[in-house]
Amino acid sequence: MREPKRATLILEDGTRFDGFSFGYEAPTAGEVVFNTAMTGYPESLTDPSYEGQILVTTFPLLGNYGVPPQDGSPDLSRYYESSRIHCKAIIAQDYAWEYSHWLAERTLADWLVEEHIPGIYGIDTRALTKHLRESGSMLGKIVFEGEDVELYDPNTENLIAKTSCTEVREYGDENGPRVVLVDCGIKHNIIRCLVARGVRVIRVPWDFDFNTLEYDGLFISNGPGNPDFAEATVAHIRQALTLGKPICGICMGNQLLAKAAGARTFKLKYGHRSHNQPVRRVGTNLCYITSQNHGYAVDNDSLPADWEPLFVNMNDGTNEGIRHRSLPYFSAQFHPEASSGPRDTEFFFDEFTSLLKK
Amino acid sequence: MNKDESIKKVLLLGSGALKIGEAGEFDYSGAQALKAMKEEGITTVLINPNIATVQTSEGFADKIYFLPVTPDFVERVIEREHPDGILLAFGGQTALNCGVELYRAGVLERHNVKVLGTPVRAIIDTEDRELFVEKLDQIDVKTIKSSAANDVDSALKIANELGYPVIVRAAYALGGLGSGFCDSDDELAPLVEKALTFSPQVLIEKSLKGWKEVEYEVVRDRFDNCITVCNMENFDPLGIHTGESIVVAPSQTLSNDDYHKLRSLAIKIIRHIGIVGECNVQYAYDPSSMDYRVIEVNARLSRSSALASKATGYPLAFVAAKLGLGYGLFDLQNSVTRSTSAFFEPALDYVVVKIPRWDLGKFHGVNREIGSSMKSVGEVMAIGRTFEEAFQKGLRMIGQGMHGFVENKAANVADLDRALTAPTDKRVFAIADAMAAGYTVDRIHELTKIDRWFLFKLHNILATAREMEQYNTVAELPAALLRLAKQQGFSDFQVARSVLKANMTNSEEALLTVRARRKELGIVPVVKQIDTLAAEYPAATNYLYLTYNGSQNDVDYVGDHRSIIVLGSGAYRIGSSVEFDWCSVNALMTVKQQGYRSVMINYNPETVSTDYDVCDRLYFDELTFERVMDIIDLENPHGVILSVGGQIPNNLATRLDAQHVNILGTTATSIDNAEDRHKFSAMLDRLGIDQPRWRELSSLEDINQFIEEVGFPVLVRPSYVLSGAAMNVCSNSEELVRFLALAANVSKQHPVVVTEFIQDAKEIEMDAVAQNGEIKAYAISEHIEYAGVHSGDATIQFPPQKLYVETMRRIKKVSSTIAKALNISGPFNIQFLAKNNDIKVIECNLRASRSFPFVSKVLKINFIDLATRIMLGIPVEKPAKSAFDLDYVGIKASQFSFSRLQGADPVLGVDMASTGEVGCLGETTSEAILKSLLSVGHRIPTKGVMLSSGTAKHKTAMLDAARQLDRRGYRLYATEGTHRFLAENGVQSTLVHKPSEPDQHPQALEILHNHEVDLVVNIPRDLSTAELTNGYKIRRAAIDLNIPLLTNARLASAFIEAFTTLAVDKVDIKAWDEY
Repeated sequence: MREPKRATLILEDGTRFDGFSFGYEAPTAGEVVFNTAMTGYPESLTDPSYEGQILVTTFPLLGNYGVPPQDGSPDLSRYYESSRIHCKAIIAQDYAWEYSHWLAERTLADWLVEEHIPGIYGIDTRALTKHLRESGSMLGKIVFEGEDVELYDPNTENLIAKTSCTEVREYGDENGPRVVLVDCGIKHNIIRCLVARGVRVIRVPWDFDFNTLEYDGLFISNGPGNPDFAEATVAHIRQALTLGKPICGICMGNQLLAKAAGARTFKLKYGHRSHNQPVRRVGTNLCYITSQNHGYAVDNDSLPADWEPLFVNMNDGTNEGIRHRSLPYFSAQFHPEASSGPRDTEFFFDEFTSLLKK
Repeated sequence: MNKDESIKKVLLLGSGALKIGEAGEFDYSGAQALKAMKEEGITTVLINPNIATVQTSEGFADKIYFLPVTPDFVERVIEREHPDGILLAFGGQTALNCGVELYRAGVLERHNVKVLGTPVRAIIDTEDRELFVEKLDQIDVKTIKSSAANDVDSALKIANELGYPVIVRAAYALGGLGSGFCDSDDELAPLVEKALTFSPQVLIEKSLKGWKEVEYEVVRDRFDNCITVCNMENFDPLGIHTGESIVVAPSQTLSNDDYHKLRSLAIKIIRHIGIVGECNVQYAYDPSSMDYRVIEVNARLSRSSALASKATGYPLAFVAAKLGLGYGLFDLQNSVTRSTSAFFEPALDYVVVKIPRWDLGKFHGVNREIGSSMKSVGEVMAIGRTFEEAFQKGLRMIGQGMHGFVENKAANVADLDRALTAPTDKRVFAIADAMAAGYTVDRIHELTKIDRWFLFKLHNILATAREMEQYNTVAELPAALLRLAKQQGFSDFQVARSVLKANMTNSEEALLTVRARRKELGIVPVVKQIDTLAAEYPAATNYLYLTYNGSQNDVDYVGDHRSIIVLGSGAYRIGSSVEFDWCSVNALMTVKQQGYRSVMINYNPETVSTDYDVCDRLYFDELTFERVMDIIDLENPHGVILSVGGQIPNNLATRLDAQHVNILGTTATSIDNAEDRHKFSAMLDRLGIDQPRWRELSSLEDINQFIEEVGFPVLVRPSYVLSGAAMNVCSNSEELVRFLALAANVSKQHPVVVTEFIQDAKEIEMDAVAQNGEIKAYAISEHIEYAGVHSGDATIQFPPQKLYVETMRRIKKVSSTIAKALNISGPFNIQFLAKNNDIKVIECNLRASRSFPFVSKVLKINFIDLATRIMLGIPVEKPAKSAFDLDYVGIKASQFSFSRLQGADPVLGVDMASTGEVGCLGETTSEAILKSLLSVGHRIPTKGVMLSSGTAKHKTAMLDAARQLDRRGYRLYATEGTHRFLAENGVQSTLVHKPSEPDQHPQALEILHNHEVDLVVNIPRDLSTAELTNGYKIRRAAIDLNIPLLTNARLASAFIEAFTTLAVDKVDIKAWDEY
């Protein structure tokens, strides 16, 4: 029998869950969140929106298909969503010590150890999820036999600054329409989706004043944590809203666009993190299954008169996107770029690029 | 709301008798569709001759017709009922094919019947391979390219162009019927010839053996909104029919990219085809790239969709039915959470393993290899929070003597490599043996092409067993290791055996020791809910399973003693299927009506009893003693009902009683007194009730001595069977010696029961319900065939039409005596032999029998409701005497699936072979016979009939029927003896020669191959089975060439009498409630 080290998750309310270690063995702390997706752990782990969070996967098995190679470049990886793991730790019911997949290069455990990320299995993740659902997302820490660590609240920190790029980079067709992509902690698939549509992407840091640049369209990326930290970005977007050029946003981008328009955001009890969130395009019979990962949402009631909800969540009625009533400004709270998750809303990029001047 | 308000009355086509490839899953999907219609206030009309189903019960459809699901009968029902709409997607391939025929013949248009859901055009696009490929080509979706052939020569040409191996498929076929892999011309030619008898066309394609097989269940509404409810991955690689595969949900070895590539494709496909409702898309997926092929699309509810519904909690059939009425997915609610939308994709927080159940051991001569055509008769679904846990649970659930993956009796596979490369129904145990013999995962992967991931997991199980084997007592087993074993799905029995090894002399005691030790260490399972959303939203779901991978129960047990646990029937198998599901569901309904909490334990995904809305709590889990006790410990019930689920729950009686479980109804002691052959026989002697003479013997000498006393033939039942059938009738000493030498091992440890076999005796069934030993309701029914045909295969007539009043009186009297002696409270069944007016008891079961739904529905008295009320201690009234006096007759006929079971001798004997049944009503026996035999696939011949009628007695018995055929102008063909006999009696026939005289013409087989006859009556000489006789060849050819076959003289006579005296279009069409 394998004799792995014991590891314990301790929540801020004192609840303890005992399990075993399969990753890096040093204590860590963060906000504990759950995701109900059944595939996509390499994508989730490298998704910057998980910065500072301890990820609980409700699907009980983890590691089945190993980890793909780190191909591409740090600026645009081939199989990952960024150049490193952003979660603080990952927790599952059962870990597959042996994997099987033609593309895999190593085990999840090896990767976690290399990136200094703890992993725990043997925990009743359903009970843990129910606890988080009832009490709301909460802080927690992972400790290994004796070693302790302080709790850490990522929401008190500017995670956007922490995950954004620091210099301007360009991608794609030099002759394509120029799109400024504001990096608030971007998932690489957004870049891949835009580039695939013949766009010249100018990726800028979160607080970069893109109004100084020549561009045909503006795209605001996803990103981690509390949108209130991105005031600099919001101020820049507000200025762009006066120009009438197409503006689009995803996730954090939706929240920042809403704030620039004058709406408010609030923190959800436990967020939406899954591959099966149903959204409906407001005023139509069109519905989509979407991939989501967010803890904050736009308050529909706070939208100014010339704005309206574009999508709404069919489970809890929260905002899933907004649009301007007359100008080409719109955004989605979910992830049209998927990765991981369903790809049913990739048309969102087509809607954006079709607005760009040719 | 988007509902089509013009639809007020809907006709639903059922799937008929259970058969291989089309089983209980369609009772479930049809029942769901009927519920959905009812909720909408729509009147429903159901055509389904399968009388044992839940859907054909009171309260499901407004009108029920027990008629064949064939275009002519359906049209006559349409003429009578004038429905506005028709549902074709809920009755399997039978309903779909019938619907396509009705559409093509213009019947639906003529009567203004709207097809609800997927349009027929789209169905045709998916069913016709060429159209299908063309359709997917339009959207650049890759299919397995195949070429169509209409004859053997063009098939050979195509195969040689593609290069072997190739796969052959028949269009419009049930579950891969007539399909197969071929490596050479020699293999291809016979297969194509056979397939062409089922279908006008075969398709030849290149084989992709070794690729993964993955499927998606997709739903689309008329607004083009799509969801994939579930994906599933086959444990077995491509090449093994999905009905023969172990299937895992969700997929385990697909990455996010793999998963969503195939998901997106599935949605693209169903949009293009234009499905409205549900369909499944099957893929072949390259294990070493992202290449794929679409294998097929089923534009209807299927076995997989039933499995997906159970695996996820998403009621696919219910939703599909609503979508057929015009609703959008966004209009409907998630019926589990009751707060979120039905437009979503379930997130599982557990893993599901489906394992097929075969019964190949029941058939002589059957080919045991599994492949591209389906042979399994049932399936189980196991739920766990590790793969190992679910897998081991599943292996126990299939009920073939396995305790899990390890700690079984050695399979003793002679050639492991071959067993791994050419899989049979035993392949899992060949893997276990290979691992135990030191084969590496890589080596097994090479031989089987099963993904390494699954093999690694199986290896984990073996490693844990090996570790436990280091210890010699339960007490010294470390807690951590014991916990790990339980988390990997080891039963207490497996744990005990791994530790005690050969020292485990008393297994009951050993597993109770493990149980006690576990409880002491706090190692107990927890209860988890299936809530469709992985706990993201609160759900008041009652759909539960147990796991050792967890620390908290999802259910708060209040200990109110209001629970009544009903034990279900487990996997469908030959001898136990949908009839016990009907019994279970009816027991649950009564329990609920009486104000108790109805609790179900069962694990068969093809059933209605495992639908979470038929009970207050559903435990989708094992029916082992261990698991039932775990649930009893949690539920602390008022009592347990184990007499409505067939033999599996019945067998637990004594063990549960020993644990002081309150068994409702007849006591465990009485059950044991009826089950134990010696005790029961002694009781009958005491009561002065006659029984056939029998003895338990342990040497050939003793056997011969006994036979001297009673004479041949005798029924021989070994207690330990090496191979082949479990019992046999032997007519002479040569047969006896051969059977004992081949099939059984006779010794002191393994005695043989020998019973005198009474020839030409009638067999009579008594189904009854008693309270405190007094019979409250009963039904006496009579077999059409003489004794010797298993009661599950026999054609049964109720009420009896040809029994002496004296015989009836004696049967009632003996039954009352037995009921009293055993103090029966609840359902029971006694089987009798009657000759002249002498009656003998052959068997007595203190539980509901297979014929309970049949007699309940014919009589219109629900025996299970009555029995359940009795078991709950509620006073009941005896139904009025007049209720037993019927002016119509019901015939229960059996469905055989020999066409699926390559090589099996399609002959009836003392071991059961049928896979399903129908029950039809008529004003006369002939009318009911006709409806019921047409329902099980017989056709009224139009050309000729081939007769070979066995012994002189059989020939005489068939003479009247032969005369009738002759008079009606049928061309008769007869083999030598029969031909001579007919000629002597003035009946003209053409002599045909047996296969043993290949130089003589015309050859019987030639006549069959040329389809010059459309009915074969072939009565075996005696009841023993010699595989390669002339009779076998003729019978098998009839089956392989899809020519209806009858092998019993009395049934054949009854059928011929019926269709020669009654025109099928004159048969009365009446709904159940009109009788």
